[in-house]
Amino acid sequence: MSTKPLKQIHLAAHFPGVNNTTVWSDPAAGSHIEFDSFVRFAQTAERAKFDFLFLAEGLRLREQGGKIYDLDVVGRPDTFTVLAALAAVTEHLGLTGTINSTFNEPYEVARQFASLDHLSEGRAAWNVVTSWDAFTGENFRRGGFLPREDRYTRAREFLATATELFDSWDGTEVTADPVSGTFLRDARAGAFAHQGRHFDIEGRFNVPRSPQGRPVVFQAGDSDEGREFAAASADAIFGRYATLEEGREFYADVKGRLPRYGRRPEELLILPAATFALADTDAQARELAHEVRRSQVSGATAIKYLEHVWNRDLSGYDPDGPLPDVDPDPGENTIALGRASVRQFRDPLATARQWRELAEAKNLSIRELVIATTAKQTFVGSPATVAESINSLVQADAADGFILVPHITPDGLEGFADTVVPLLQERGVFRSEYTGTTLRDHLGLDVPAVRPAGERQATAS
Amino acid sequence: MSELHLAVALDGAGWHPAAWREPGARPAELFTARYWADVVAEAEAGLLDFVTFEDGLALQSSAAAEPDARTDRVRGRLDAVLTAARIAPLTRHIGLVPSVTATHTEPFHISKAIATLDYVSRGRAGLRVQTSGLPYEARHFGRREFPAPVGELAEEAADHVEVVRRLWDSWEDDAEIRDVATGRFVDRDKLHYIDFEGPHFSVRGPSITPRPPQGQPLVTASAGTVAPRAALVDLVYVTPRDLDEARAAAAVLPPPPGLRHVFADLTVFLDEDGPAAAARRDRLDRVAGAPTPTDAATFSGTPAELADLLQEWRETGLTGFRLRPGVMAHDLPAITRRLVPELQRRGVFRSTYEASSLRGLLGLERPANRYAAAALTA
Ligand SMILES: Cc1cc2nc3c(=O)[nH]c(=O)nc-3n(C[C@H](O)[C@H](O)[C@H](O)COP(=O)(O)O)c2cc1C
Repeated sequence: MSTKPLKQIHLAAHFPGVNNTTVWSDPAAGSHIEFDSFVRFAQTAERAKFDFLFLAEGLRLREQGGKIYDLDVVGRPDTFTVLAALAAVTEHLGLTGTINSTFNEPYEVARQFASLDHLSEGRAAWNVVTSWDAFTGENFRRGGFLPREDRYTRAREFLATATELFDSWDGTEVTADPVSGTFLRDARAGAFAHQGRHFDIEGRFNVPRSPQGRPVVFQAGDSDEGREFAAASADAIFGRYATLEEGREFYADVKGRLPRYGRRPEELLILPAATFALADTDAQARELAHEVRRSQVSGATAIKYLEHVWNRDLSGYDPDGPLPDVDPDPGENTIALGRASVRQFRDPLATARQWRELAEAKNLSIRELVIATTAKQTFVGSPATVAESINSLVQADAADGFILVPHITPDGLEGFADTVVPLLQERGVFRSEYTGTTLRDHLGLDVPAVRPAGERQATAS
Repeated sequence: MSELHLAVALDGAGWHPAAWREPGARPAELFTARYWADVVAEAEAGLLDFVTFEDGLALQSSAAAEPDARTDRVRGRLDAVLTAARIAPLTRHIGLVPSVTATHTEPFHISKAIATLDYVSRGRAGLRVQTSGLPYEARHFGRREFPAPVGELAEEAADHVEVVRRLWDSWEDDAEIRDVATGRFVDRDKLHYIDFEGPHFSVRGPSITPRPPQGQPLVTASAGTVAPRAALVDLVYVTPRDLDEARAAAAVLPPPPGLRHVFADLTVFLDEDGPAAAARRDRLDRVAGAPTPTDAATFSGTPAELADLLQEWRETGLTGFRLRPGVMAHDLPAITRRLVPELQRRGVFRSTYEASSLRGLLGLERPANRYAAAALTA
């Protein structure tokens, strides 16, 4: 029997912002805004030798039925600002921020990431997301100007342009020699010119090359175009498939796209989001998982969730009663705004039919149905069981690691750090000490070479 | 004797273009957090009200209207908001006021960034609003219709600040209720659309970030930046060259409702011996190849002489000063270790931090929320 060397697992921690997984009603849940919460969360992740901390982003408060959605955690701090502050209270932990390519400009975003990379000594990462909707656009200068089909053409050009800016300094220009009086070796440092469909800009970038050269790049869309964008340009994917079967399929699909771009499989890491319910025994963990699900899906939440599929007001229905016998409204979905998950249901009529059958077969109420069909806990069990699940998924090429989302913040990571991490370390599949200082070191990624100016011009168009 | 307030303007190795070549300047560290942490710690040791961080969305240039090709001056700068945030957890009292260019940024982003700076510093955030009419900076954003008329830039900046401020108020302080009984995390009646409509942008709101600790972080700007609506600014920077101009600046800018502070900017070269300070400045000018054009008055002399001048100008009605250290490595410690003790001896400067927020240090109240007030009277 040939033995494949064990893959090393990557672990990261997601501080959930606006979401429906945080059990905010638990007395142990703290502030999700105060900086202390972020400090405690980040320091636990660093104590556990995690690769990085991850922040999602939303740029407009969600609405449902024409009103601000009030049942979930609402509100979050600014991504860049909180990550820069966290750089002061951590030493190794990577700092990954979700920043939208539709409602920003490349010069400013490139500058912010280059600055964050300097200020953290090489720990910055950018999750490039492409939400484009007019609803979010109402908060920005250009409004909802981007048609859906253009979201990735803009994202691709945005990232290419930012990369040109990052590469406009090669890292040798700043000599800062007081004796000769030469601060810059090269009078053209930072010069760039980009002409494309979405951006027509030129001038000089004003941040010298940062420790990682460029931030690590994440991608988080799931469409075919999203996967192609990731295969072409990302270092890692923040994914949604954390089970064996779906995970392996996604993994094979995305890694299979890499050779087209002259890239090797290890140049793109697949890191799905994952939740966990951890207790002394498997039985206790199952009970905890069930309790957590009940807290996450109240009766009111279940009705609101059902409205995503039905696309109509269901507030008159009893969450403990049967599913509505009316069919979903087949028109454009306008009931819930600012929610990516609504687009999951491509064929609402079919989904409704399926759910009705399931509810009848198992005698489920609306609330029980929603609990049964939405985000299950990814890892449930004792520390040994959870460690085994994580390791086997990674060794089976269903993922390269996981971005863990605790259901309590800021302290929901501690049990995992204290019990599961040591077991993974014992198995030799997770680091016991950081061996490098930058996020690229932790992820096993090379520092990108600077592309010479001529080549830059050639690929810019 | 009236007390006065003191801020320091931070930029690179100091405000003189040759400052980076002076002993102790650490020019190779200008892009590290360590350098900025040390500088701000020095300012905090001197009990200063706040520091400002200069910034811009273009490479520094010595030419007025175009980028230059100089290699003998500091070039490159880290983002000011991120630098301030990186320093915030390392300091406890001093105000942190990064510069922001209203011309090219999204007020929605700026509002949440400064609100977050207020959270990470526990109530010590402000911003220094500026506009940019530089065509070469506009080309970084593809806005090729530049240069725009100055008046239009000021109108746009005023709208920008108006939006930023409305967004800070778009959450009432007690909007987060975590009401387990009803399952509601927020009281949506305490979240407000700001519905701003202007010629350059419209913004719906509410913010994604709850109202920051100070309610409204400190908004500062040079006189004229948001001229059409000066009342949007809490603190104005002016640049008088002498006592008469100081008097005029203080008089021309009577505090409209909301405007509470007028600070004069001064570039300073400080030495224990007055002629030595002047000679040092001359030497720096020679190294730089020319006297430096500057918008603000330049002072060279002893800390005691500067204290005299500040007190004299203070009596015109100016409430404080933003000192620009000519050489950071030399003039910043001269401010914190010589000038400040001199002012303390004269009883015109604090001897301990008396408040925990920046508004508190400046004697400004935490403003009521405009939407909460409207709801009450409705
Ligand atoms: C796991 C996952 C996480 C995401 N996180 C965010 C986020 O934090 N903020 C955001 O604006 N969009 C987020 N998105 C949305 C995507 O970036 C993208 O805009 C959207 O999925 C549409 O692209 P697609 O059609 O390729 O999926 C996320 C998507 C996925 C699959």
